[in-house]
Amino acid sequence: MLDSTDAHVVVEGLVKRYGDRTILHGLDMTIGRAETLVVIGGSGAGKSTLVRHLIALERPTAGRIVIDGTDIASLSDVQLAKARRRFGMVFQKYALFDSMSVFDNVAFPLREQTKLSERDIREKAMTKLKELGVDHAASLMPSQISGGMAKRVGIARALVMEPELLIYDEPTSGLDPVTSRTVDALIEEMRERFGVTSVVITHDMVSAFDIADRIAMLIKGRVVALGSPAEVLAVDNADVQGFISSSGVDVKRFEHRGNRKTAAELAARARERKAGRAE
Amino acid sequence: MSDDEASKRPGVLATVFAPAKGLLEEVGTLADLAFHAVLWGARPPYRVSLVVTQMEFVGVQSIFLVGLVGLFTGMVFAVQTVYGFRRFGAENMVGGVVALTLSREMAPVLTAIMVAARAGSGMAAELGNMRSSEQIDALETMAVNPVQYLVVPRILAGIVMVPVLALVFFLIGIGGSWAIGVWGMSLDPGIFADRIKTMLVPADLTQGLIKALVFGFTVTLIACRHGYYASGGAVGVGQATTRAVVWSVVAVFLIDYVITSMLTTV
Repeated sequence: MLDSTDAHVVVEGLVKRYGDRTILHGLDMTIGRAETLVVIGGSGAGKSTLVRHLIALERPTAGRIVIDGTDIASLSDVQLAKARRRFGMVFQKYALFDSMSVFDNVAFPLREQTKLSERDIREKAMTKLKELGVDHAASLMPSQISGGMAKRVGIARALVMEPELLIYDEPTSGLDPVTSRTVDALIEEMRERFGVTSVVITHDMVSAFDIADRIAMLIKGRVVALGSPAEVLAVDNADVQGFISSSGVDVKRFEHRGNRKTAAELAARARERKAGRAE
Repeated sequence: MSDDEASKRPGVLATVFAPAKGLLEEVGTLADLAFHAVLWGARPPYRVSLVVTQMEFVGVQSIFLVGLVGLFTGMVFAVQTVYGFRRFGAENMVGGVVALTLSREMAPVLTAIMVAARAGSGMAAELGNMRSSEQIDALETMAVNPVQYLVVPRILAGIVMVPVLALVFFLIGIGGSWAIGVWGMSLDPGIFADRIKTMLVPADLTQGLIKALVFGFTVTLIACRHGYYASGGAVGVGQATTRAVVWSVVAVFLIDYVITSMLTTV
């Protein structure tokens, strides 16, 4: 259980209905600062709806989403725009702007949200593109690059602002296994270097068990399992066990996670860095 | 039929009033989008380059089409009025009548329809595609208000460029009618021009420009509304584009009547 001071995102009794259809049935969960929470579940379980609420792209029918102590559903448009500067999102369908080049897509949030010079913007955007291995495509338009490259550009655009809360909607879908592991490593790096809180939706169970501090499993809009990967593996629920076993995940992979820093350690470091910046 | 199924069927009143309810909802959605466009348009940052880009799209890229339609409209109108007025020896009035009709009605209405067909459909398709590929959501997550970024520049471009295009339509239309009337149907060029001068007053041009401005706002607002709220993937974007053009044309004729009634004293 998380200490209330470590809580970055708190979801309380979240209900979402579209007409007669109820998508989310009163979800409760707390996401700690610098924690990576992986949300898994079958299609139509409500995973995407949940993350769209976390970034206020949807308003709850009932319940609250509290981020850094603020109920984001209660914010005005202007307040919400300010709050969103601390968020980043990697979209399932990349969501790159068709009318801009790859470079301009990555530079876009820097141009919109910072007062950096064009030279600094170029440097930051190109560094991020290089980290993702797509710097050679900087001058191309999104329609001229492959799906895998577009995904990496989408990730570069979300990471370039170094947000405090990063939401990934299927970050490894459509990528080859090698690139998928690169993306996993990037998610880990953002957590380790900047103490970023990450919420990751994925069907890639290797990725889920590699990067998760905790895993939440959703079935038909309800959380049926929430805990560390080991705890989720031990949950006595036929649906959970069926989902994990059918994915063929290798449980032994957890042995490689021994040197991983805890969310609490990283959160403390992130707080120190923030305090340093404020001074 | 089971009682349960019967209970789910809409009542007679609901069926009868469904179109009216749908129309009210549509007006409400348009009013809400217009309100937010005004609100966000007044707030900085002012994205001048986006407005200029849209002005180029709505205006510059439509000039040839609007000019062509204006030319043929003026020519056809000259032929028809000469044919009609010759029956009672009034063909000297042709220049004035053509100028009045073009300035008050034909130029603003046909320009708005051309803009709806060319630029409005393009806007609805582009915004619809941005909605279905999550680009509008991406703007929001990057703390950029999509109404301010996407809708405001398009509406401003419509408000500025449709009157300009209507003026182009009018001038080329007059040129076309003069060419056909004078060269093709042997009207006296001096009388043709004189009738335009005596019959056309500034209020006629003002009325046409006011109409064009309102049409520019309406056509772009309707196009943005259908694109911005499009759903259902490629099929949904296609339907949104069709709806944008159809409702724009209907709205242009409806508003044309309202403005004409308000500004014309008989």
